[in-house]
Amino acid sequence: MSAIAPSRTEVRRLIVRARRLDVLFVALGIVALGIGFATFVALFLDMLIDGWSRLRPEFFTQFPSRRAGQAGILSAWVGTLLVMIVTACVAVPLGVAAGIYLEEYAPKNWVTDLIEINITNLAGVPSIVYGLLALGLFVYAFGLGQSVQTAGLTLALLILPVVIVATREAIRSIPGMIREGAYAVGATRWQTVKDHIIPYSTPGILTGVIIGMSRAIGETAPIITIGALTFIAFLPPPPVTGDFPFLSFEWLSAPFTVMPIQMFNWTSRPDPAFHANAAAAGTILVFMTLAMNALAIWLRFRLRKNIKW
Amino acid sequence: MVTDMEARTQPKAHATMLGSAQPGAMPPGTGEEPAPPLKAESRRLSFHYGSFKALKDVSMPVHEHRVTALIGPSGCGKSTFLRCFNRMHDLYPGNRYDGQIVLHPDNTDLLAADVDPIEVRMRVSMVFQKPNPFPKSIYENVAYGLRVRGVRNKNLLDEKVEESLRGAALWDEVENRLNEVGSNLSGGQQQRLCIARALATDPEIMLFDEPTSALDPIATASIEELISELKKKVTILIVTHNMQQAARVSDFTAYMYLGELVEFDKTDTIFFKPRRKETEDYITGRFG
Repeated sequence: MSAIAPSRTEVRRLIVRARRLDVLFVALGIVALGIGFATFVALFLDMLIDGWSRLRPEFFTQFPSRRAGQAGILSAWVGTLLVMIVTACVAVPLGVAAGIYLEEYAPKNWVTDLIEINITNLAGVPSIVYGLLALGLFVYAFGLGQSVQTAGLTLALLILPVVIVATREAIRSIPGMIREGAYAVGATRWQTVKDHIIPYSTPGILTGVIIGMSRAIGETAPIITIGALTFIAFLPPPPVTGDFPFLSFEWLSAPFTVMPIQMFNWTSRPDPAFHANAAAAGTILVFMTLAMNALAIWLRFRLRKNIKW
Repeated sequence: MVTDMEARTQPKAHATMLGSAQPGAMPPGTGEEPAPPLKAESRRLSFHYGSFKALKDVSMPVHEHRVTALIGPSGCGKSTFLRCFNRMHDLYPGNRYDGQIVLHPDNTDLLAADVDPIEVRMRVSMVFQKPNPFPKSIYENVAYGLRVRGVRNKNLLDEKVEESLRGAALWDEVENRLNEVGSNLSGGQQQRLCIARALATDPEIMLFDEPTSALDPIATASIEELISELKKKVTILIVTHNMQQAARVSDFTAYMYLGELVEFDKTDTIFFKPRRKETEDYITGRFG
């Protein structure tokens, strides 16, 4: 027996050696984290310093201009907002419905497996490919024009896989026994989906939607491909009008620009004064993304509080 | 194994049922009172998970307003058998039933292809192994079964919710917090909430799938007491891994092994005078 059991000093030496690996890993982890975090902070601070002089209220209320000092991002942020609304209105119902169908209704066979693999792959398709698809389909085939609706639909396609995957993950996290509990009292599939699956998966779905949207908000390539303008000195027609029926959807077909395109435009100008504008717009875009992610975290926290199994 | 029951296929008058409800091989002349009427019976029921045959020709009566316990070692098919009674297996692909489960008095075969599983679940409710209240209010948990049946009348809902919570011996504890989330209750209270939910829809049979296995001894005792109380109103089928529990709460006991019904009889007989050696070995703890 004593031949196998190490002596006390040996045990201590073993522990010390094993502990060393612990320390090593912690150090490695901190370095890895530091690299990521420092890069972001450096980039962001650099941009903030460059654009600081331009971050004034007028920057939000002025149209782009040939004079850098008077140029603002009014048309860009309004364009981004409208495109995001269209994106959300299209991607959320389609993505959630597809996710629910795949999880709750679809039979599990090779066809659904194939669809599943494709959806996962779609999330990795370069965004410019979506831009080309949208140019051929929405702009030319459907004649939707180089407009807010085309951009919204394109970005919706882009984030659809993200929404579907998030929906499925959220549904899968609902324990089977909750589902069985609903069926056991005589609920139909739709009643189970409507009364249980959707409410309990809402936090996860919302998180996925917002993360998808914060990806879409910074997309440039597909928006350029479908032909967004880079210089717009007017706003789309307002959605609410003074005349009956008080709602107008003309803004959907209006030409537009979005924040990243405005930035791209300014950075490509030779005058360094425009570069400050680009940095300021970039800072705002980063803040918009951070705000959306913060909202996702807050919503998830709020809505999950009452959902326990 | 209870092959003597297979011959009996058409339940006609209750009078004939009463006599034949007892498995024929039971020792005669023990002088016991006639068995209560049948609520349901399985007839040569086999069940397949894909290619695996989990139940083999199970024929067993379920007596009205009595507690029937299903016992046996893990994997013997007792839960599988229980879940046939509300067609729970229909939720998953690749499952197949053979044989019948006939529900009396209307002689409906619960497993027939033209019988909607949802209709079956409206008549036969279920309480699960682990308390599974919905993450909704206590009130909504109990009212859910009524809501899926289209009940919108607030007074009726209030009434049924109170009646069911009283029936599940939970009313006094939750009377003033019906709008709180059900999952905030203790484990035993959650299970009684699930019983109230299963009770609210006036089921004909209630299925209990090891309802106390996740509970402490005190909560277990209260659930057992409740089951003895509930059988006045409803027929009960309970799966338990705990033989003492079967002995305490049930009137009839079925011992299952490897997907077969080894022995079915009055609980006293099963525990004190089992006819089969296998049953005796299991009961006395020599096996399982």
